[in-house]
Amino acid sequence: MASENGTLIHLRDVHKVYYRDRIEVPVLQGINLDVHEGEFLALMGPSGSGKSTLLNLIAGIDAPTKGEVRVAGESLGTLKPSRLAAWRARHIGFIFQLYNLIPVLTAYQNVELPLLLTRLSSRERKKRVLFALGLVGLEGRAKHFPRQLSGGEEQRVAIARAIVADPTLLVADEPTGDLDAKNAAEILTLLKRLNEELKKTVLMVTHDPHAAERAHLIYHLDKGVLQS
Amino acid sequence: MAIPLAYNLRNLSARKVSTVLTALGIGLVSWVFIFTLALAGGFQSALQATGSPTNAIVIRNGSTAELTSIVARDAAASIESQPEIARAPDGTPLATHELVVLWNLKRKNGTPANVVVRGVTAKSVALRPKIHLVEGRMFRPGLEEVVVGKLAQARIAHCALGDRIKLAGRQWSIVGVFDAQGTAFDSEIWGDVELFMPVFDRPVYQSVTLRLDEPSHFGALRKRLEADPRMSVQVKHEDEFYAAQSATLAALLRGLGLFVTLVMALGAIFGALNTMYAAVGSRTKEIGTLLALGFSRGSILTSFLIESVLLATLGGLLGSLMTLPVNGITTSTMNFASFSEIAFRFQVTPSMLLSGMIFAAVMGALGGFFPSRKAARRVIVEALREA
Amino acid sequence: MKYLRLIVANLLRSKRRTFLTVFSIAIALFLFCTLRTVITSFEASLRASKATRLVVRHAASLVFPLPLAYRERLAQVPGVTGISYGNWFGGYYQDPKNQFAQFAMDVPTLLDLFPEVVLPTAQAEAFRSERTACIIGGALARKYGWKLGDQVPIIGTIFPGEWRFVVRGIYTGQTKDVDENTLFFHWDYLNESLPEGRRNFVGIYWLRIASPDLAASVSGRVDAIFENSPQPTKTETEKAFQAGFISMIGNVQLLLTIIGSAIVFAIMLVTINTMMMAARERTREIAVLKTLGFSDGLILRLVGGEALFLSLLGGALGCGLAALVFRESDFTAGGFFPNFRVLPETVLLGLLLAAIMGFLSGVAPAVQAARLEIASALRKVA
Repeated sequence: MASENGTLIHLRDVHKVYYRDRIEVPVLQGINLDVHEGEFLALMGPSGSGKSTLLNLIAGIDAPTKGEVRVAGESLGTLKPSRLAAWRARHIGFIFQLYNLIPVLTAYQNVELPLLLTRLSSRERKKRVLFALGLVGLEGRAKHFPRQLSGGEEQRVAIARAIVADPTLLVADEPTGDLDAKNAAEILTLLKRLNEELKKTVLMVTHDPHAAERAHLIYHLDKGVLQS
Repeated sequence: MAIPLAYNLRNLSARKVSTVLTALGIGLVSWVFIFTLALAGGFQSALQATGSPTNAIVIRNGSTAELTSIVARDAAASIESQPEIARAPDGTPLATHELVVLWNLKRKNGTPANVVVRGVTAKSVALRPKIHLVEGRMFRPGLEEVVVGKLAQARIAHCALGDRIKLAGRQWSIVGVFDAQGTAFDSEIWGDVELFMPVFDRPVYQSVTLRLDEPSHFGALRKRLEADPRMSVQVKHEDEFYAAQSATLAALLRGLGLFVTLVMALGAIFGALNTMYAAVGSRTKEIGTLLALGFSRGSILTSFLIESVLLATLGGLLGSLMTLPVNGITTSTMNFASFSEIAFRFQVTPSMLLSGMIFAAVMGALGGFFPSRKAARRVIVEALREA
Repeated sequence: MKYLRLIVANLLRSKRRTFLTVFSIAIALFLFCTLRTVITSFEASLRASKATRLVVRHAASLVFPLPLAYRERLAQVPGVTGISYGNWFGGYYQDPKNQFAQFAMDVPTLLDLFPEVVLPTAQAEAFRSERTACIIGGALARKYGWKLGDQVPIIGTIFPGEWRFVVRGIYTGQTKDVDENTLFFHWDYLNESLPEGRRNFVGIYWLRIASPDLAASVSGRVDAIFENSPQPTKTETEKAFQAGFISMIGNVQLLLTIIGSAIVFAIMLVTINTMMMAARERTREIAVLKTLGFSDGLILRLVGGEALFLSLLGGALGCGLAALVFRESDFTAGGFFPNFRVLPETVLLGLLLAAIMGFLSGVAPAVQAARLEIASALRKVA
């Protein structure tokens, strides 16, 4: 999946410009980044520094204005939207700050969503969903709706959803940003375990130094420029 | 303290697509409402206006239409010599005896229609002041000439001035076109009754129509004629006679229209409910703010209700405007009382437009009430907290 | 289908909105079926007409009768295998508002020429053997509560006076399209009761022909025989005769179609609005699904499928209700629409219309959702 030398993420001279009321807002200016398989990388920086944008580019839900984004062996700029969606389903597990569970679906159904895109039978899907829920310690909450869960539980369901399809890369955008210290610590421990036990590559955006400490590597993003 | 109307107007214009779609939906209900009223009203007023309250019509007892009536020649003569009949300037009684047959002719589009062919006398036009020639001249008695009503001319094939039309095996020249101001006569063909009787092989008349010298003399005339065993006739006010012919069909049209619009209104109210619930839902925070600023729950309720009524009235206005092009369009149907073709015009009246608008406003009020009440009942703190 | 649960879950999100939308669609389709049935009930006589039956009437209009003497000459026309005749009676029961058809018919030939009028043998025998007997349709019997042996007084408008007939038979239609709102009695009874000068005249002759292919040649031959007589004839197939009668009713079909279209269109606008609101409220969720790898095409189908599902549900409810309400109600709207019943074709047409409504109301929000930019949609609300 990764390239010959084990590089999973490969960014070269990546620029991103937004337009706000026709005024150019440069967000990323010439980012170069290489991430190897199995790493746990934290991306820090003040708000507006472009760290979420960088994460979105890597997760294939946004496109760069200029430059090359190569993730899991695919140059994302060359993929058609439908291929890109299939690529996301296969390789990316996304964890949001606000969990973003679908409120009308149960925890079980939320976790099952990525598996609907596969050819797995419903029995196979059930096995995997229960395994993922077990991994985050929420087997007992399968039938609950998001509004019946606490914030920490919601985020754990979201993590189960992110790993259920066994993606190549886990990306987390401020996964602890909306949680208290105790819950935040639990989530970080969970991410660490996924990295160590399941050998998942994890890319996490955060502005919390405590959270960043758990990572192998910390990069800082400031005014669109990356510093390690 | 009332929330300014500008707030509602700005909100309506902020979600343009939603406003236009909902307003148009409600507008179309108003449109159907006015459309059916205009249809029934046009049909009824065509027949109602056909008769005059100062005229009386005499037909055979038991008949409901001229077509099934028989008045013998001697009976007609005796009816026309009654003392209650008004006099023409030359001193002769203002009364006419007429022959009515249905003749199957083709419409201009090729479909068949039963057209009323009426044999008339010189007094027939005098008795119907609404009728006047607009083209050509009157037929000459004893000649194979006819005049046609302007709606018959417009809808029936070969009815233009100068055309010849085949009736009862003979060719008749069309020498004139008359305007009967949208009444049933506009759909008829008129010729000389004395010539028609032998040609159509009809030894009797169908009706006698007369002008009363005094409206109050109707009762006496009616009593005397209906009591006469040799005639076996019934006497009616001409206007009531024609109005009765339209009653059943007009009631049916109105009934159908009312049924359709009321049921349809329910659907539109459901739509308005959805729109207003969404409006209330997306403005939860605003509502909280307004309440926090000190606006009362009553003024919140009123404000949302006004917005809904405004939205619906806008629709009603659109619907009413859309009915205006329909006004005056001629259509035709069979008069079931006489099995004859009757052409009439859609009649959109100001009062119909007003009812359409009120109808729309009521739909808006009904569709807006529950969402407005929901808005007014918000708890400030919770409302402010929501996204 | 594994995605169905997603669609259903979304519909249950706002139960009130789903309920209101489904019911407004149901109402539109109910009205559509009702109006459409007005048209098809007018046309029931067309469907009930036989291709092997011709109608002979006076060329000018039905108002003019034909001599009874034509019967012998008509029977001799090659291709004619049976003949019956009768007069439109044009009476009413108690009040002119109580309209239904009455025909004075040549009783010996009536049941032979009209096999769709089904009568038990004993009743047919009783009808034949009694001069003042009549038979009535089942729907008419139910409407006025008339039973065998009842005396039915009918006021004549063409033939004056009160006529009393004894109900000796209650017929049923061979198919559902046969009008069961008619009263038949003896032509001989009518004829004998008339004054000398009005006797022996016939309103309509019905001819049975050996094969439908003979319709044109027999009609032509009949009309040629009487062309230059004082009473020329017009002969046409029963279907053409009924079609002519329907076309005299005028633009009813057009008017009802206009009203029906307005209704469906109005509700469609309202539904489009609802669908767009529903999709707009879910912008973030759609972005999340896309992040998970749901393709644009799948999102399009999911959002569109929701609209389609709603519309079909509403359509099935509305059409079903119409079919149920008018099924056994004997509703005739004062005698104007005998045979008021919702045809299966009408239900199918209604469902098709509902599907089209669902498709059209789903297109805008579905395309909007499919085109959604994930990153900006997530940013907007977060």
